[in-house]
Amino acid sequence: MVWFSSPSDATTRLGEVGYLADPATATTAFLAGALEKPLLVEGPAGVGKTELAKAVSRATGADLVRLQCYEGLDEARALYEWNYKKQLLRIQAANDGQAWEETHDDIFSEEFLLTRPLLTAIRRSEPTVLLIDEVDKTDVEVEGLLLEVLSDFQVTIPELGTVAATRRPFVVLTSNASRELSEAVKRRCLYLHLDYPDTERERAIVTSQVPDLDDKVATQLVSAVARLRDLELKKAPSIAETVDWARTLLALHIDDLDAMAIDDTLGVVLKHASDTDRAVRELKLR
Amino acid sequence: MTLLDRHIAFLEALRAAGMPVSLSEDLDAVAALGLVGWGERQQVHDTYAATLLKRQSQRETFDEYFEIYFPRMVGEGVARADAAQDQPAVRDSAADLAAFTEELADALEADDLERLRQLASEAVGRFGAMPGRGPGMSSWSAYTTLRRLSTDELTLKLIEGLRRIGWGEEAAVRAASTRVGSYQQMVEADARRRIAEEKGPDQIARITVRPTIDRLDFLSARRVDLEALRREIYPLARRLATRLTQEKHARRRGALDMRRTVRASIGTGGVPLTTHHRPKRPHRTELVILCDVSGSVANFASFTLMLVFALREQLGKVRAFTFVDDIHEVTDHFAPGADLVDTMTRLADATSHAARFGRTNYGRAFARFLEDHPDALGPKSSLLILGDARSNYSDLSLPTLRRMREAARHAWWLNPEARRSWDTGDSAASDYAAVVPMVECRNLTQLTEFVHDIL
Ligand SMILES: Nc1ncnc2c1ncn2[C@@H]1O[C@H](COP(=O)(O)OP(=O)(O)OP(=O)(O)O)[C@@H](O)[C@H]1O
Ligand SMILES: [Mg+2]
Repeated sequence: MVWFSSPSDATTRLGEVGYLADPATATTAFLAGALEKPLLVEGPAGVGKTELAKAVSRATGADLVRLQCYEGLDEARALYEWNYKKQLLRIQAANDGQAWEETHDDIFSEEFLLTRPLLTAIRRSEPTVLLIDEVDKTDVEVEGLLLEVLSDFQVTIPELGTVAATRRPFVVLTSNASRELSEAVKRRCLYLHLDYPDTERERAIVTSQVPDLDDKVATQLVSAVARLRDLELKKAPSIAETVDWARTLLALHIDDLDAMAIDDTLGVVLKHASDTDRAVRELKLR
Repeated sequence: MTLLDRHIAFLEALRAAGMPVSLSEDLDAVAALGLVGWGERQQVHDTYAATLLKRQSQRETFDEYFEIYFPRMVGEGVARADAAQDQPAVRDSAADLAAFTEELADALEADDLERLRQLASEAVGRFGAMPGRGPGMSSWSAYTTLRRLSTDELTLKLIEGLRRIGWGEEAAVRAASTRVGSYQQMVEADARRRIAEEKGPDQIARITVRPTIDRLDFLSARRVDLEALRREIYPLARRLATRLTQEKHARRRGALDMRRTVRASIGTGGVPLTTHHRPKRPHRTELVILCDVSGSVANFASFTLMLVFALREQLGKVRAFTFVDDIHEVTDHFAPGADLVDTMTRLADATSHAARFGRTNYGRAFARFLEDHPDALGPKSSLLILGDARSNYSDLSLPTLRRMREAARHAWWLNPEARRSWDTGDSAASDYAAVVPMVECRNLTQLTEFVHDIL
């Protein structure tokens, strides 16, 4: 399947579904589709990593299959699992006359297989976007698993045989870089670092999501956010928080974002007391 | 140079700079460029980035090399060269300089990157030419260019300008130094581009590109580097903490917990499908850090301290002392959740308490430490000393250090100097290393490895 026909096609179609991609993002998304290589997206919280995968699925009409990673995620949750309880029941229900061979073949069949996101994505025959979200939260062993799936797009189930993808999914892995992923996984992926957008793009994102916001306020808002991000805060405001801030300003009918208005609504974007203190001091809010 | 030659040379240069670019990345890049084409420079850049980069810390090095191998223009660039024709040949009079500075100041205040880049190139063209004695001997100097422009004045002017449009003082100072810093980097990049044009990219790549931030020597960090380094601390601490917790969890599987395992097996018809284990008990130690905060090693000390305190949850108790020739406890400066920039500033201010006569004297500092804090070290504590072991030829007090070593459970010494400079001049590295194992720790990578290994 042709996911995007060119970088500019990616820009246009992602834009049509509400994702305003910068040139690097568009080029990389185009390449991930055309080369059929997984795309690793790294960057701080709330810059649109997860949203990119969702937008690709919306823009191309492919279904999204999502594997949310967490510490302790294992093969049984990521790939597949045998339904042990049902198998036990089946064994207990088998009458004495039935040969073990037969029961064995029976309990290791499709009926007793619980497919998890990775296997689901590989087996689907319709176009699929596979989102492996927050991959840095998993343990290193899971990476071994991913490696197998991402290099050959196939999964071997000892009792059933090898399942190979009939159609390669568009794979997006996201990471906050809370730990380094292994070189092996990285080598299989294209790499994209998403960062906070420049003020132009951020203003466009805000206006597209909060269309009723006054132009002047939107401009003031994104420049205030840019200055906050310059302050080396513990938690810099994300795009999602900029959008929240915009909604707040609209709800409060604030039509001029001056020092006092910023001070009053700062809680929407800053979550640490020491960050607020620093912002109040450096932006001269009080 | 053909396109293919250039491609190969570019990758070769990246490898030489320590980026792991294997054959498979090479082939990916070629395939990707085949799809995207060579028509647009930005797309070529993004395509190389997508296929060759593996982490953000490689970005700066990657960009610098890209600028050298795929320059955005040749010579003065098309537009500028046309404009230059109806101007007199020499454009370096006092009036020209003043006019140019004026234009630059405007662009800095507007933070207009595209114009700043043009002005960087123009500046090198006008003020940075180094005529050579023969053909091929001329060169370009970023240093001369920046001297002519007097960047300090530009910074001051920019701070004033930003203050006038309502910026707070600290914010203005910070923004001004970042912007002027990045303009300096543009000038340096343009000088490299011009030299590469005359001498060939390979030669220039070998000598002038700086290492990635995590491999940059603490001792040779410039102002902009220090800020970049500081921004790395929290992410680094976070990565380390995650790695440590995961490793701890992996190790934690203690003895089998029979009762829980049996109870859980009831749900699966008495078959123990999942086993349960007792947690292992971690042992807690106390870390005592002594930091030389004199002169050039001060930066190294404060980075290490910040990193250690950012990891406090993993570490348990930490006490920190700074010294020049006297000892001063700074543990209280590291309130939980404190602001990084503020802490660094306060730490720098506290340096005066660590100095009596102002010349580094390790021996005296160690003696004063034992005098003032006799019970700081005990069988549960680990001692960490940070410094270059340069004691101005004073008495080393080896027996004192030995007593400290014996009082503690573990001891290490981190030296920010390259191993080959140990024992040169007034460095007493080997003498001290004989008492406390000494580790070379020149950059963030080495620091991270060390911190990871001792935890
Ligand atoms: N380029 C963009 N165009 C439009 N909206 C965007 C864009 N980038 C981010 N957003 C908005 O920001 C929100 C947060 O993005 P998202 O949840 O994808 O962040 P993330 O990078 O995955 O963060 P985290 O690391 O916390 O998971 C999205 O819901 C979306 O509304
Ligand atoms: Mg996300």
